[in-house]
Amino acid sequence: MKLTKKQRRLFGRLCAALVIFFALLIAEHAGLFPAVFDRRPLALLLYLIPYLLCGTPVLRNAALGVKNRQPFDESFLMVIATFGAFVTGEYAEAAAVMLFYQVGEWFQSVAVDRARGSIRELMALVPESANRVLPDGSVEEIEPDEIDIGDTLLLRPGEKVPVDATVISGESLLDTAALTGESVPRTVKPGSAVVSGCINGAGLLRLRAEKRFEDSTAAKVLELVENASERKSRTETFITRFARHYTPAVVIAALLLAVIPSLVTGAWRVWFYRACAFLVISCPCALVISVPLAFFGGIGAASRMGVLIKGANYLEALAEVKTVVTDKTGTLTEGVFRVQGLYPAPGVTEQALIEAAAAAEGAAAHPIAAAIRDYFASLYPDAAKTLLSSVAGSEDRTGKGALAEIGGHRVAAGSAAFLSELGIAAEGAPSVPGAALCFVAQDQQYLGAIAAADGIKPGADAALSALRRGGVSKIVMLSGDRCDHAEAVGEALKLDAVYAELLPQDKVRVLEQLLEQKGSGTLAYLGDGINDAPVLSLANVGVAMGSLGSDAAIEAADVVIMDDDLRRLGDTVRLGRETLAIARQNIVFALAVKAAILLLGALGLVGLWAAVFADVGVAVICILNSMRLLAWKARRS
Amino acid sequence: MKKKFDCEIDCAACAAKVEDAVRAIDGVESVRVNFLTQRFTLEADDARFDAILDEALKVGRKIEPDFSIAK
Repeated sequence: MKLTKKQRRLFGRLCAALVIFFALLIAEHAGLFPAVFDRRPLALLLYLIPYLLCGTPVLRNAALGVKNRQPFDESFLMVIATFGAFVTGEYAEAAAVMLFYQVGEWFQSVAVDRARGSIRELMALVPESANRVLPDGSVEEIEPDEIDIGDTLLLRPGEKVPVDATVISGESLLDTAALTGESVPRTVKPGSAVVSGCINGAGLLRLRAEKRFEDSTAAKVLELVENASERKSRTETFITRFARHYTPAVVIAALLLAVIPSLVTGAWRVWFYRACAFLVISCPCALVISVPLAFFGGIGAASRMGVLIKGANYLEALAEVKTVVTDKTGTLTEGVFRVQGLYPAPGVTEQALIEAAAAAEGAAAHPIAAAIRDYFASLYPDAAKTLLSSVAGSEDRTGKGALAEIGGHRVAAGSAAFLSELGIAAEGAPSVPGAALCFVAQDQQYLGAIAAADGIKPGADAALSALRRGGVSKIVMLSGDRCDHAEAVGEALKLDAVYAELLPQDKVRVLEQLLEQKGSGTLAYLGDGINDAPVLSLANVGVAMGSLGSDAAIEAADVVIMDDDLRRLGDTVRLGRETLAIARQNIVFALAVKAAILLLGALGLVGLWAAVFADVGVAVICILNSMRLLAWKARRS
Repeated sequence: MKKKFDCEIDCAACAAKVEDAVRAIDGVESVRVNFLTQRFTLEADDARFDAILDEALKVGRKIEPDFSIAK
């Protein structure tokens, strides 16, 4: 672990002060030098050595606070408390309080640095340098922000992509884990778009810069995560407000404790000493650092799995999510039509059916035609290569179907209505809910039907069940698609409600209704972020998915899932819950310890030692608790 | 103009104090001193940006002598 210069210096002073302090303490209690310790002024001078050795920075800060007329900070209170202890004759305790306070501060500073370091490491998306290829073929090393659009860049194995670019030459595997959390590398070849922040595998690539450094994905992601800690969660705002009242309240209590009982009992030394303990506990630093650190750690852990969260408030809102509203196409479904089944007429082989359909749809542009061609090519790759060259006179009747000549036969594919227009009856046609049917005929003879659908993503069911287990009570789908398609998806995934055939403005209206009905908890909208910007911003948390390289989605959403893995939403909700739990643990623990020590201190049952523990000891424990989030990993059963 | 700098700031409370003090400087539109990320963000009058930045550093140093901004 690397320490800063300041931390090393303080460490040295602390060691020296600790050795001297314990030497003095042992000598005094063992009665080794009664001549020295019985003379109190001499003992005071001796204990001042370790006190000043470790306490000068605190004294300096306190003086500065007074000079700037903002005296009520930790340092000032520590100085008052230790002076108080000196005045009441508790020299050893005065030195001890300062010493352990500084030991605690040192641990705190190291812990925060470590947390910061591991988050920086996480966010080390940006390379130090890039290689620009000059027109004469030579390569110069430049800073990433010197890259201009259109520059040719050389990317060697193991280097990070500096800006968003396209591949000119070379093939390689790119590790996108830092951005997407996805461990399977992505294959790139000439023409592929590459995103900044990915790490090159074994191949040598030449790239054409498509964006400037500051507009590239990596820089945007970094900025987003950095700014995230500035959008405070409710918990953080509560802590800030609480701290503002807590310190003055405890200080006033300390004053009262020093004055009133002293007037009554006359034992001013006792009460003055007890008041000092109050001052030591009055700092809310355990909360002020550890609670934001928990959220910061949570946001950091999310970005490690490829989920960008734009603010601590959104992480908190996700933790309390009860209603999830999702888009259909591309979110729950794959967004691509695939052949689901072949229904040949009696006496017709499946091969004859699909071949005729592929021939008829050979030139058609709509998604079902593409699904049929892909399916045919996957079954009969050799036949698919020669099929199109033997097709003649193909004709695309948009919205209805397509016709073609092949080997002297006339084939037709399209809707049932299209076939009956041609005078062909689709007898025994199946009905497949949720799928589009394409009817096929050859030379006026009905061959059968092919069902194609935009299938549900593999794992969607498991991802939604995980969400429900995580406390989501209502999952609703909004879709622009036809009712029967949407309902088939809704039924398969056991959704609570499905709204279909919605125009973009209808989605907004439905979401407004759902927001009114939702009751407790928050509502999250999950979409692809491309055409649902209004809904994304209307929801309590707008989550965009599959957004790697899509600026629009990154702009519009509150939470961005870089790849299109549905399970990430459940993971993020769980991460949010754990973050919130840790923040709450810290709040409860710190306040309980402080309250207990305040009470015991007022009764005189514990002294300054316990007060120092309640202050810095608790702070260190809370910070360590928050740091658990830095090691957070999505656990999957 | 809005610019970001790395900075050194030792505690969360000092960050808040420096922030308040810098906000009071004439010409500063917004300022953010982030203790966790150690970043200083200043949005200020374009024409006097550098002068305001120097002033911010001076004001910050008065509150926290170790405060520094990496320009």
